[in-house]
Amino acid sequence: MANTMQFDLVSPEKRLASLEATQVQIPGSEGDMTVMAEHAPVITTLRPGLVKVTGADGSETSFAVTGGFAEINAESMSVLAERAYVGAAESRAALEGFLEDARKRAAEATGDTRDVAEKFVADLVHLMEAME
Amino acid sequence: MPSLKDLKNRIDSVKSTRKITKAMQMVAAAKLRRAQDAAESARPYAERMQAVMSGLAAAVGASEGAPRLLAGTGSNQVHMLVVMTSERGLCGGFNSTIVRAARLKIDALLAEGKTVKIITVGKKGREQLKRDYKQYFVDHVDMSGVKKLGYDDAAGIADDLLARYEAGEFDVCTIFFNKFLSVISQEPQVKQIIPATFEAPEEGAESGALYDYEPSEEGVLADLLPRGISTQIFTALLENGASEEGARMTAMDNATRNAGEMIEKLTIEFNRSRQAVITNELIEIISGAEAL
Repeated sequence: MANTMQFDLVSPEKRLASLEATQVQIPGSEGDMTVMAEHAPVITTLRPGLVKVTGADGSETSFAVTGGFAEINAESMSVLAERAYVGAAESRAALEGFLEDARKRAAEATGDTRDVAEKFVADLVHLMEAME
Repeated sequence: MPSLKDLKNRIDSVKSTRKITKAMQMVAAAKLRRAQDAAESARPYAERMQAVMSGLAAAVGASEGAPRLLAGTGSNQVHMLVVMTSERGLCGGFNSTIVRAARLKIDALLAEGKTVKIITVGKKGREQLKRDYKQYFVDHVDMSGVKKLGYDDAAGIADDLLARYEAGEFDVCTIFFNKFLSVISQEPQVKQIIPATFEAPEEGAESGALYDYEPSEEGVLADLLPRGISTQIFTALLENGASEEGARMTAMDNATRNAGEMIEKLTIEFNRSRQAVITNELIEIISGAEAL
């Protein structure tokens, strides 16, 4: 079928998802984007946010990711995320710990890295709000 | 000649040793399966990462603004060696092979007049290297509390390395670990991770579509390189974990078999001396009766 593509979500520890999808919304570092089949080949880094996948059967799944990158071409796309969570409950606890660390790092950072770290924290907070 | 009682005791002790080694072998087999599964499921990520990075590195590599992690510091005077070994012994030649590879490299570097710094992961390798190279140790990563190896463990090591690299503590970083080939064979690996090296893409291989990069080629690469290093360390740790259990399984299998052989020998000796004792007693009785 021309209007679906292969979607893979992999973390360093395991493959979290592999399915046929009609569209996938990802939090690109330059802004959210929705990818559909026949997309131009792009490699983009990700900021913390939700990856929303619409499967070929119309089902919708979201994954929370804390960064990584996505590789997109006409027939397939793969998201490589260092941390990715499926369920809301367990991911919340994990994310909260992660946010704590990020806050601490932001507080210690100086200059340019501070801006980056603070944006990271803001993105994380936004992600957690979006999950509610 | 040991007495019957001594022999019996020895047979019993070898038997209990065999039980222990047998149990350890089975535990290692179970752990090996898990370690192999973990290594297996980590592969897709590492492969993608490697593919994307080598494509990017080829595009950006030669240009002026290439990140330092790729281009290096321009010198190769100070070498950081990360030697990954196990926390526990009784796994055959597993640790010795890594240590031997590390020793070769250290001696070669020292002979060239380079500065060597060593970080050890796992205490067994540290113990073996301590004798000759103690003065080069800069840090030690303790993995004894780690039950199930996670990506965070590798990321921790990588972050530490990157911080040291940023601080200019070393120019080249090399990791030592065992690659898991099969249960009976593991191969020590020496891999340079900083500056990053990539296997050249195969000649005539499909170079794939031309990608657009967001935010930019340099931006993506700068973001990916640190991740790539964590990933390589994670892969190395996983391979090491599988190798360790494989080596332990083989070692324990050998030990169990040896114990079996020993028990057989001791049993034969025991039976012989038992018969000798009986014969002796008979002779004594008969000759006593004859004397009457």
